[in-house]
Amino acid sequence: MYETTYHRPSSVDEAAALFAKGTESKYLAGGHTLIPVMKQRLASPSDVIDLGKIKDLVGVEVSADAVTIKAATTHYDVAGSGPVQKAIPALAHLASLIGDPAVRYRGTIGGSIANNDPAADYPAAVLALGATVKTNKRSIAADDFFKGLFSTALADGEIITTVSFPIPAKAGYSKFPHPASRFALTGVFVVRTKSGEVRVGATGASQNGVMRVPAIEAALKANWSASALDGIKIPTSGLMSDIQGSSDYRANLIKVMAQRAVTAAG
Amino acid sequence: MSTVKLTVNGKSVSADVEDRTLLVQLLRDHLNLTGTHVGCDTSQCGACVVHIDGRAVKSCTVLVGQANGANVTTIEGIAKGDELHPMQAAFRDNHGLQCGYCTPGMIMSAIDIVHRHGGKLDEATVRHELEGNICRCTGYHNIVKSVLDAAGRMKVAQAAE
Repeated sequence: MYETTYHRPSSVDEAAALFAKGTESKYLAGGHTLIPVMKQRLASPSDVIDLGKIKDLVGVEVSADAVTIKAATTHYDVAGSGPVQKAIPALAHLASLIGDPAVRYRGTIGGSIANNDPAADYPAAVLALGATVKTNKRSIAADDFFKGLFSTALADGEIITTVSFPIPAKAGYSKFPHPASRFALTGVFVVRTKSGEVRVGATGASQNGVMRVPAIEAALKANWSASALDGIKIPTSGLMSDIQGSSDYRANLIKVMAQRAVTAAG
Repeated sequence: MSTVKLTVNGKSVSADVEDRTLLVQLLRDHLNLTGTHVGCDTSQCGACVVHIDGRAVKSCTVLVGQANGANVTTIEGIAKGDELHPMQAAFRDNHGLQCGYCTPGMIMSAIDIVHRHGGKLDEATVRHELEGNICRCTGYHNIVKSVLDAAGRMKVAQAAE
């Protein structure tokens, strides 16, 4: 790892000001992506700005309509939050499947979606639930937030402050984890909103990162049951194909994970 | 360079280190606490697990700045003098270690697991919770046995306190 300068601001405004001062600044929350990337010398930020200790960025708020998670809240705290488990159990379940216990103590929701790893779990929930990502500058709808592999709508220096998930009528998440890293080989989050809309987000499958799956959405809108997907064939074009699984295999996994997620959602 | 101040195994520690220093490097290279191991250095194997403010985390993936002001406990800090921590004693009694390389991390993770689950631990839970700790001797069977044994002992020890 190259030498860097570490900063620990106590407010979002201070963090943004520090970011602007550095020649090549990076934000750090849990550090469980940035630090490994720095070790590999794939990133060599002049300044590392730690958002993890900003009190305003930690916590969960649940209202009648939405679960709002502040950006530096850890996966452990989301997974174990009673109010989240009650309002959107699938979201707490998803958080409990990320990495391993030690990783969940450090990793944060803001870090996960800002990085937008194509096999990360949270993007599937953000997209399927139609969440709103709030930053220090604006609000961004989930459909406009993810811009392909490791890219998002965030401008340089912009800081995610909260992610707000509308509480759905039903939701479920199922993933087929990579056996070593626990990243999703494919993970599917299914949602039926209170107004009857069906949204499905798949992670780990597409070459362009998280995506919606229109064929599954249409089938589940007509009939919300696992068996409604029996005859579905997912097109393989644009799906990842690597040593872990071919695009055909992943296409099938999307269907099977969606079926399990519907079963879990009830 | 920055000065970091933290508490390690109950003692106040201060060190002048480069900002890129990892917590595990501070522990091993500056404080000579070499019980904490570096296995994969990619936050997968868990040989470097220590407790920061009571939570078991991978010290190879924490910058010292992040641990500034924190309370850190390593494998060297859990015994009471010559009396092993119940988790250490259970690992010894159940042959929970072979080469021993993963053991410090296993024990630090296992203590955290027992703290979180208390008396509700069963074999499946222990195996699931140890996902982030890898034993390349593949000695998992006795490691799981040790953790379950220790869970009982820690409950007894807590009740006695």
